[in-house]
Amino acid sequence: MSEKLLEIKDEHLSFFTPAGEVKALNGVSFSLDEGEVLGIVGESGSGKSVTAYSIMGLTAYPGRLIGGTIRFNGHQVERMSEKEFRKMRGNEVSIIFQDPMTSLNPVYTIGNQIEEVIRLHTDKSKGEARARAKELLELVGINEPDKRLKQYPHELSGGMRQRVMIAIALACEPKLLIADEPTTALDVTIQAQILELMQELRQKMGMSIIMITHDLGVVASMCERIAVMYAGHIVEYGSTDEIFYHPSHEYTKGLIGSIPKLTTEESERLVPIEGQPVDLLNPPAGCPFAPRCRSCMKVCLRRMPPKTQLSDTHYSYCWLRQKEAAEGGERA
Amino acid sequence: MGKYIVKRIAMGILSVFIVATLTFFLMNLVPGGPFVAEKSISKAAQEALEAKFGLDKPLLQRYTTYMTDFLQGDMGFSLRQRGRTVSDIIFSKFPVSARLAGIAVVVALCVGIPLGCVSAYNRGKLPDNFIIVLGTCGIAIPSFISSVLLLYTFGSWLQLLPTMGLNDAASYIMPVTALAIYPTAYITRLMRSSLLDVMGQDYIRTAKAMGLSSFMTLFKHALRNALLPVIAYVGPMLASLMTGSFVVEKIFTIPGLGREFVSSITNRDYTMIMGTTIILAALVIAANVLVDILYKVIDPRIKLK
Repeated sequence: MSEKLLEIKDEHLSFFTPAGEVKALNGVSFSLDEGEVLGIVGESGSGKSVTAYSIMGLTAYPGRLIGGTIRFNGHQVERMSEKEFRKMRGNEVSIIFQDPMTSLNPVYTIGNQIEEVIRLHTDKSKGEARARAKELLELVGINEPDKRLKQYPHELSGGMRQRVMIAIALACEPKLLIADEPTTALDVTIQAQILELMQELRQKMGMSIIMITHDLGVVASMCERIAVMYAGHIVEYGSTDEIFYHPSHEYTKGLIGSIPKLTTEESERLVPIEGQPVDLLNPPAGCPFAPRCRSCMKVCLRRMPPKTQLSDTHYSYCWLRQKEAAEGGERA
Repeated sequence: MGKYIVKRIAMGILSVFIVATLTFFLMNLVPGGPFVAEKSISKAAQEALEAKFGLDKPLLQRYTTYMTDFLQGDMGFSLRQRGRTVSDIIFSKFPVSARLAGIAVVVALCVGIPLGCVSAYNRGKLPDNFIIVLGTCGIAIPSFISSVLLLYTFGSWLQLLPTMGLNDAASYIMPVTALAIYPTAYITRLMRSSLLDVMGQDYIRTAKAMGLSSFMTLFKHALRNALLPVIAYVGPMLASLMTGSFVVEKIFTIPGLGREFVSSITNRDYTMIMGTTIILAALVIAANVLVDILYKVIDPRIKLK
């Protein structure tokens, strides 16, 4: 079996704020093969972005990795210095952000910003970098690349800017591309175009992608594996089919249940997950989802459920599944 | 761009005209006159003087006369400095103030911008706190206090620097320092807050995520964006410094325009008041046009209309 590109084990990360320790990640583990596309879904504050940023050493102050190991492409990430991170960022791992309107520097041209990354990580000359930048713009489907290189971000549309962001991220052919809600700020037709482009580029360049989103439609169309996060835990992990057709955590079921259906009558209400997200300053002792769970049992409030392996690729953390497994085991 | 500059200059001329008109009528509304306070002259002599300078004519007629003369480049004689024309006085004193102001602004920028950067870069740490305290002092201490402190320390106590005039390079040090303290402190604070604001922007995160060092991120990506508020402040500040600081010029005995400015008002030297006010207005307007153009150079999003 080939070496995993990324392997995160029991990652704990907290933000040390004046109000106290905010436990953003509480034992996150997952791995990623080369060329694999993983979707991380979950609501705001569930730890999706924090997980991804920690791979690049971009955890914002006052956040700190306090436990666990991250192996990426042969690096022991949790021990890396800022200098080593700099060599890795934009080169072996790149990221595209949510809002393309603000993610590019308004005072430099598109060309300048693409060439900057190329020249930072390779020893290409100015001319070679420009040629490569032009090539990249063509790759991400931007017409008249020569003209665009000389334009400023404000002269391009949102979809075009996100294409430019992708071009910057892919400039050095990274092994891993992290897409942090890359389509959230775009309108629906542009969203589809950008997703299509990312699919196409993955096939051409063979990089792995971590797709962070709260849009289940996006993961369904893009990803092979899905990790569902809640309150700094991966509560369920599985292949896309397993997650969509056999969701086993009550939170995942709630998420899928809340997707509006095409067959819905106009007067029908959408199905929300009731309750409030967890306060990460004082996380509950038991399952973090227990207070909002419709099938909550006594044990759920007291103890964190252990992992239930449902198939080779599918597992979840839920007492109900434990109970079922135990009963099933007794019967057998 | 060219069209914009022409338009701004035209508007600037209009503004100067309005300022001149307002000043003309306002200063004549103030009680007293250039020859009133002098006890030594008789009523007849006073009237003769007023007749000589045309002050006995109706206000509106004096206004039209002044404006026609001004448009022909004649700002008239000073009413109090016998035998000297206003343009003569301004052209002999303005360069002194302008040179001092120019040096002071360069000093303020060269000190304020780096200090602001250091402060923002070390936010919350010792250098930042130190610079904040220093900056607050710089803003809070009025120039007559800092001038006197400088004068006492370096002029009288240590006897390192000349205390008056502008005869050699060393004599510039104290007045320039006294003039530069406030703008330096202000630029430092402006630079710090603006840089902190920019450092929180998404494109800074992008730059970091692409592997740029914090130093490069700061200098290439943040600084240029953060400079805009500083430039907006420096333009008008330069204009007001160039017309001289009354306090600093008085304390260091410098023959600059600032003193003329104040004394022309107390003396009701009508022609001098008009001359200095018009110069100040023109400078402020020119500085603002310059700021707009610099803005455009720094930030391509800005459209000059």
